[in-house]
Amino acid sequence: MTLIRLTGVTKTFPPPAKDAAPVVAVDDISLDVAAGEVCGIIGYSGAGKSTVLRLVNALETATAGTVEIDGRDITHLRERELRELRGDIGMIFQQFNLFDSRTVAKNVAYPLEVARRPRAEIAARVDELLRFVGLADKARSYPEQLSGGQKQRVGIARALATSPRILLADEATSALDPDTTQEVLALLKRINEELGVTILVITHEMDVIRTLADRVVVMENGRIIESGEVFDVLSAPQHAATKRFVASIIEDVPVGDQLRTLHDRHPGRIVTFTIREGDVTQADVFAALSTHGARFELVHGGINDIGGRVFGHLTLALSGDAEAVQSAIDAASSFAPLIEEDTRG
Amino acid sequence: MDRLVDLLPQLWAATAETLYVASLSLVFGGLAGLFVGLALYATRPGSLFPNRFLFGTINVVVNFFRPIPFVILLVSVQPLARALGLPGIGVPFAIFAITLASLFAISRIVEQNLLTVRPGVIEAARATGASRTRILFRLLPREALGPLILGYTFIVVALVDMTAVAGAVAAGGLGEFAIVYGFKQFNPAVTWAAVLVIIVIVQVVQFTGNALARRVLRR
Repeated sequence: MTLIRLTGVTKTFPPPAKDAAPVVAVDDISLDVAAGEVCGIIGYSGAGKSTVLRLVNALETATAGTVEIDGRDITHLRERELRELRGDIGMIFQQFNLFDSRTVAKNVAYPLEVARRPRAEIAARVDELLRFVGLADKARSYPEQLSGGQKQRVGIARALATSPRILLADEATSALDPDTTQEVLALLKRINEELGVTILVITHEMDVIRTLADRVVVMENGRIIESGEVFDVLSAPQHAATKRFVASIIEDVPVGDQLRTLHDRHPGRIVTFTIREGDVTQADVFAALSTHGARFELVHGGINDIGGRVFGHLTLALSGDAEAVQSAIDAASSFAPLIEEDTRG
Repeated sequence: MDRLVDLLPQLWAATAETLYVASLSLVFGGLAGLFVGLALYATRPGSLFPNRFLFGTINVVVNFFRPIPFVILLVSVQPLARALGLPGIGVPFAIFAITLASLFAISRIVEQNLLTVRPGVIEAARATGASRTRILFRLLPREALGPLILGYTFIVVALVDMTAVAGAVAAGGLGEFAIVYGFKQFNPAVTWAAVLVIIVIVQVVQFTGNALARRVLRR
């Protein structure tokens, strides 16, 4: 069942200066998110990810196209109806955006106060939520007394207060250290699995996509340039921009200075093969190279595990007879995608 | 010095007048300034109720009145007070003029302090379904309360300063006391007694404001 559906959505902002062109933040996007799914949106900053997220809870209104939540077109709702809708959509932020003047408990209570729930119900619900995110002992603390991870957990509890069916996560772990990121991701995973909340997450972090998302959408210049299963998009990106982006978050292919250093250290040829479960295994690559009598060393690489399936890159330095090396490379590259960049020239 | 002792009843009366004028002006000017400040904040581009025309108008009016030196403003608003049915001299007129003058200063202070609340916090509130008026009137003043208290403290000090000038329109107060009994009668001790009382008032106000702000800000 489709819970969130964007059809031909465009969002244009007024020009930043007189005589400038209007800014097209989102350009004719269509996107379906099924109930219970975790959908990740990735892309460089300025790609329009944040705007897409804000179109879903109508903090931004579409210039063209329709946004449907559970089959209901929200693009022409009145302010009052929008406020009701937002009660069914939680949102968390990179900078947490907690209310500094309120205690942890009062932060979590805020959406319930807005929804005019009875006081006793609010108290019980806040209690339950704080226990769910593991902060029951911090109810009377103020935001400034908490660590980054704790603040985000308060943000999550606040976003879940009205039991929404959708959670929007705007770079929710980008301000956290790696350990805390894992904690928060585990919590989000639980929210998806135990509470069945549909999560739309925008990020530029590999970990978030890998541990959380079922599906990933890649954006560039306001458009969706690629989308699909996380494993497929990350292991075999089709679009040039996706390739660049994936390389920048996975970092298992040497580039620039790193590659130059490798060339300085290894006089022979340096090539990188792509390994992908189901298509190409490491064993096949090594076997193909060996049978053609090339000597090789593994100089760089990385293997990524996504939902139990692996892919990655092996960078090898080959030496010995130039012809043997060439035929070895030809043999291996006949089945394993090859990347070779010569930086010495 | 004996002269000062003789004048003590007058000194206390002048102190009471100053406190009376300053506190009533603070109540009126403080409330009016709060609303004008909220309006300035809310109507500015990109804010909760952006309205170029309203924002521009209020902005120009505030900028028009704010740089006028108080002693000049005081005498120039006399016709306005009379038009509104108020007397043109005395305590009520002083309160009227000080309220007007402080209103514009307070509205700027309120606007600036509300602007210290991060836009993300407002976005988070909107994402919970809170109405824009709820955010403007309930959440924002509370989130900016610490700096607001400090801003109002600053203004109270300015109000005491303005009340000293109110002597010029026969509104009494410590300013008039210092001029009439001190300056004009060549008695610096009397002048300095008035100064001392003003210093004490300002210190007490500043201390209270700081303590309150520290409590609200929890630091």
